[in-house]
Amino acid sequence: MVSNLILYAVAIIFLIYSYLKDKKKTKQALTKGYKSFINILPEFLTIILLIGMVLSILNPQIVSSLIGTSSGIWGILSSSIIGAITLIPGFIAFPLAKNLLDYGAGIVPIAAFVSSLMMVGVVTIPLEKKYFGSKLTYIRNALAFVFSIVIALVMGAMPWIY
Amino acid sequence: MDILKRYKYVLALSILLLISYIVKPEFGSNAIGLTWINLKQMLFLLPPIFLILGLLDVWVPKETMIKLMGKDSGVQGGILAFLMGSAAAGPLYAAFPVAHMLIKKEASLINVFVFIGAWSTTKIPMFLFEMSALGVGFSLSRLLLNIPIIVLIASLSLKISSKQDQIEIYNKAKSM
Repeated sequence: MVSNLILYAVAIIFLIYSYLKDKKKTKQALTKGYKSFINILPEFLTIILLIGMVLSILNPQIVSSLIGTSSGIWGILSSSIIGAITLIPGFIAFPLAKNLLDYGAGIVPIAAFVSSLMMVGVVTIPLEKKYFGSKLTYIRNALAFVFSIVIALVMGAMPWIY
Repeated sequence: MDILKRYKYVLALSILLLISYIVKPEFGSNAIGLTWINLKQMLFLLPPIFLILGLLDVWVPKETMIKLMGKDSGVQGGILAFLMGSAAAGPLYAAFPVAHMLIKKEASLINVFVFIGAWSTTKIPMFLFEMSALGVGFSLSRLLLNIPIIVLIASLSLKISSKQDQIEIYNKAKSM
């Protein structure tokens, strides 16, 4: 919330400065900003709807029970798949992960979940595609998925994390 | 008709949401509630971002961006991209329009991918929160592992994709 307000403050200061320097250019900037927003709005609304649906199917309780009870290589894989398709905000995800660790979940699946949650965005693919094209979008997400597992495995071997 | 075509997925998903509400009211109302919260959040977050992007588009000449983050910007360009992504606020979906502006101004793709990687995993406000929830050991280890991985993912993405794919991204950015 605070960072949002900072963002607004920066935008408004920029806008005022720009307006004082050049009215015509400022008008142009507003038009450009508005146009690119309208242009991408369908993709944004699509992912918002997808997020709502995915979050209500894979809600925090279900995610907890899925990750908390999983183990072995399938546990790691399913945790990172859940991380990849859900889009849980950090302020819910981190305490959830902490809670699971306290209840005895392994560090590797938890780290895989947290990493893929951050790096992989299956739900946001429609938006990413519009800007980056299909190929690079799939490549980036696939690599991010693989490396979130790599990171988790390395973290599992770090004794100081427990 | 054009507008219907542009919003076809939005319409389809909204109808699906309505059907789910009729068939399974508990699930449907939960999904609608979550969508509503996210929608409000998105509509609050995006206006200042697009305003700043509009201003950058008008005020920052392409030459400046090329110098700062272009093909020959070297390590400095990468560090700048990394810092920009880390200082960001908001979910990953907000990073894409910003990345688009960088591409439009001809920042190099490797720097753009580093920017996206940093936005996704090394955001400072998020890191502070992670540290308070999961501890210094977990968070710092993850962060330090993630930094080289971000660069690795960026360079591998470009190695795997063809030159043609990459040129197309620039053309796309210019036409949008």
